[in-house]
Amino acid sequence: MKFVDEFRNPTLIRQASEEIHRLVEPGHHYRLMEVCGGHTHAIYRFALEDVLPDNIELVHGPGCPVCVLPMGRVDDGLSLARDPNVILTAFGDMMRVPGRNGSPLEHKARGADVRMVYSPLDALKLAEQHPDRDVVFFAIGFETTAPSTALTLQRARMLGLENFSVFCNHVTIIPAIRAILDSPDMRVEAFIGPGHVSTVIGCRPYEFICRDYGKPLVTSGFEPLDVLQSIVMILRQLRDGRACVENQYARVVPWEGNRPALRAMAEVFELRPFFEWRGLGFISQSALAIREEFAEFDAERRFRMPGVRVTDPKAAQCGEVLKGVLKPHQCKLFGRECTPEHPVGALMVSSEGACAAYYNFALRKSAAAEPVGV
Amino acid sequence: MCLAIPGKIVEFVVGQPHLAVIEVSGVRRRVNIDLLRDEPPALAIGDWVLIHVGFAMSRIGVAEAEEQMRLLAMLGEDRLAMEELEGYRFTEPPARAEEIA
Repeated sequence: MKFVDEFRNPTLIRQASEEIHRLVEPGHHYRLMEVCGGHTHAIYRFALEDVLPDNIELVHGPGCPVCVLPMGRVDDGLSLARDPNVILTAFGDMMRVPGRNGSPLEHKARGADVRMVYSPLDALKLAEQHPDRDVVFFAIGFETTAPSTALTLQRARMLGLENFSVFCNHVTIIPAIRAILDSPDMRVEAFIGPGHVSTVIGCRPYEFICRDYGKPLVTSGFEPLDVLQSIVMILRQLRDGRACVENQYARVVPWEGNRPALRAMAEVFELRPFFEWRGLGFISQSALAIREEFAEFDAERRFRMPGVRVTDPKAAQCGEVLKGVLKPHQCKLFGRECTPEHPVGALMVSSEGACAAYYNFALRKSAAAEPVGV
Repeated sequence: MCLAIPGKIVEFVVGQPHLAVIEVSGVRRRVNIDLLRDEPPALAIGDWVLIHVGFAMSRIGVAEAEEQMRLLAMLGEDRLAMEELEGYRFTEPPARAEEIA
């Protein structure tokens, strides 16, 4: 436990870590999945695996929006930017995600009008400022960002804007968790549940995980102590043979979620029959499409989209890493062809991607620990 | 994108009930409060909220706000959070008088 003293509250961290060591059964290998990319980032940043017993393995889940977006959707979005009348807008996370012919940033460098925005409302503002141009917002994200897109579309309709549309790639976390539970090569024993997604959807939607699959889920905050306390709560459930949803992050996550956010999403979006996830394949009813009532704001109806399907570069093993079958550094491209500066796969782009987090923190730490020249 | 930025409500915008001025580390910006204003109790000046992509998403206490700011700093994302906040373009920055108020 040599790193404990670096934390803000070392005594509490040490106590949680000791409690975890007491709770684990020797000889039992625990596989716990942190669903959310924010947790993956925090776990690597704080080297939390160093204060855990060797028989607890943290498996990194699908909760990184740019990581699970298949390359074909990136190319579909970028195809819109070929139209000189279109201004394509996207969050910063999206700008460096590689498409088959380069990232949004590279398209911008080649002359396409691609702009980074911090809010979908910024894209709406652009549409107001440029009535002669077609402004498209490339929407990505789980339930953390889907309500903001829904409210933006409601405002667009209220303002009567005719030059604004959304290329909707919002996904929902529950079907992804179900797909993981149903996947034969996944043997996860319990889940560290998402923090911010849960502020929107609340805790009830997770109950099937406990009821139907007999596995515990604990929604967790992002501080090192939060994650360790969540692991304590999970281990206590496993020890007692219980499986229920518990809320470690109750100071931010209401059990019932955010009702206005859920209402706005229900008014604007409907479930797609199926959607392709990178690494997980097609998952039924796992993504959001724009409802008929908002059809005029739907880029997929408004423009001719090629519907591109691209297989990942052969050597890249993003899918295996996404499913937790491989650790990031076990991918053949990791740290060689694929780095945060020159990402081949999306997991290397976002700070929430397992590969970028591993590259930035775990690798640096192990490099520092090794003698120079080794 | 998934960064949550803690901010304190310092003003409601007259004539634009969907907006409030929030303050984060001395920087003031307008954000959308539609996701919080319909649910009781009513939002008040001095309340703390977590902000995602221009929208206040959840109410938090002052201790959680401090904790979130510290967490962003520990994750090395505090600068990014301020860039995001200062990058919101959907409303003009508050007028000078508001900033002083």
